[in-house]
Amino acid sequence: MTTASTPPVPDLAPMLAFGFLLLAPLAIAGLSLVNAGLGRSRSAAQALLGSVAIAAVSFIAFAGVGACFAGAGGAAVFTAAGKSWNWIGTGAILLGQMSKWPMEAQLGVLFECLAVALAGLIPWGAGADRMRLAAGWATAAALSVVLFPLLAHWVWGGGWLAELGANFGLGAGFLDGGGAGTVHVLGGAGALAVVWLAGARRGKFPKEGLATAMPGHNATYVLFGCLLALMGWMAFNSAGALLWLHAEPSRLVVTAINTMLAAAGALGSTLVVTWVRFGKPDASLCANGWLAGLVTSSACAALVSPAAALVTGVVMGIATPLLVEALELALSIDDPSGAISVHFMGGLWGLFAAGVFAPQRGQILAQLVGIATLLGVFLPAVYLLFELIHRLVPFRVDSDGERLGMDLYELGGGAYPEFVIHRDESYH
Amino acid sequence: MKYAGLLVMPTGFFLVIAALVLFADPGRRGAFVACGLLVEVLGLAVAVRGHMLNRGVARR
Repeated sequence: MTTASTPPVPDLAPMLAFGFLLLAPLAIAGLSLVNAGLGRSRSAAQALLGSVAIAAVSFIAFAGVGACFAGAGGAAVFTAAGKSWNWIGTGAILLGQMSKWPMEAQLGVLFECLAVALAGLIPWGAGADRMRLAAGWATAAALSVVLFPLLAHWVWGGGWLAELGANFGLGAGFLDGGGAGTVHVLGGAGALAVVWLAGARRGKFPKEGLATAMPGHNATYVLFGCLLALMGWMAFNSAGALLWLHAEPSRLVVTAINTMLAAAGALGSTLVVTWVRFGKPDASLCANGWLAGLVTSSACAALVSPAAALVTGVVMGIATPLLVEALELALSIDDPSGAISVHFMGGLWGLFAAGVFAPQRGQILAQLVGIATLLGVFLPAVYLLFELIHRLVPFRVDSDGERLGMDLYELGGGAYPEFVIHRDESYH
Repeated sequence: MKYAGLLVMPTGFFLVIAALVLFADPGRRGAFVACGLLVEVLGLAVAVRGHMLNRGVARR
């Protein structure tokens, strides 16, 4: 009697994905806190305001322009060597007619809006204590309008990387459910470009002797940010598994557990490495290890077994403190948040490990083609785009700004007005 | 020098694309893809070396 009037039950997967995406901004919040905590106290307010504004700029730029290239509405395809190459989306600007799209397509745009904001925060963290707000917004807008949409279309929008399986028999095509490449390697490449273009913080590399240690000002922010990031990452990885990998809902629990295991394994191994090297565990490096484990899980969590996720995290946790040290001491790269080691290297390792441990035959080659695309196309493109922006909107604040601190110089007030900020000995 | 390295990196990418188009055999394809990646890593190394040459400027 009631069947005729009972409304149809909605599909479970889109509803679950929507629920996860409501939690995904916690990854943005966590990364913002980590970036602010790893910078200096006199730049904390500027770092957090910059993070919020970068998220806002990214949302607007992607929804306004970027989404049409990311490809929910249509795609441009050319044929070469007997294969079709889907290379860019051709949707309407400003998300025109979005309410008429299928729910999966709408959820895809929501996922991408959040993902591009996360990607925009990564270069911002690398430029801490010296990068101007306007430069942070400009780089985020550039990523949101040009490079992220193109990469997102290739990976998530049915582009040629996603079709590697159908066109060339390479496993299931390039797989990146949580955005290890699309978000973290791209953002990490942006971080490398920022530190190359903006240069090191004043006093970081003195004329004589080793690099000066400039520890983060608030370990509490950093470690609490790590815990927030875990929730956000679990949400991103679960939503990505449903939307981009078309996983069954029964796979979601394993995805969440793999995310936790990768982070836990990485934290544990970083803790041991720093304990052995320095005699005591290092809080900021352990936070970097935790985040690096989360980044590897972005590629692996939905694809591999729990044991493989743990091994992937452990390996990244060993590598992270060594990479941070090598970049600073051997290559003179001043990256306060460790973004290059955590996001760029962590993302590359995660994508590779996903190919090694995934059950699909030929998946490793698909992952290697994806990695080659990130290194060969997007890293140079990010650098050239950021250099162009740097000429229009200089990244680096002048020496007065660095001496006063970014809070006073750019905002006119500090994050901790009642605290006495110690004079920096490097400015004699 | 940094630009030279960055220009070498897309060359490696085109090697990878060539591997996909030219070879059906997984072994040859894999070898070519590995070569393309190696070229990209060499390009990155040259770009990093270019940054290292400016190290003196960074030490201020």
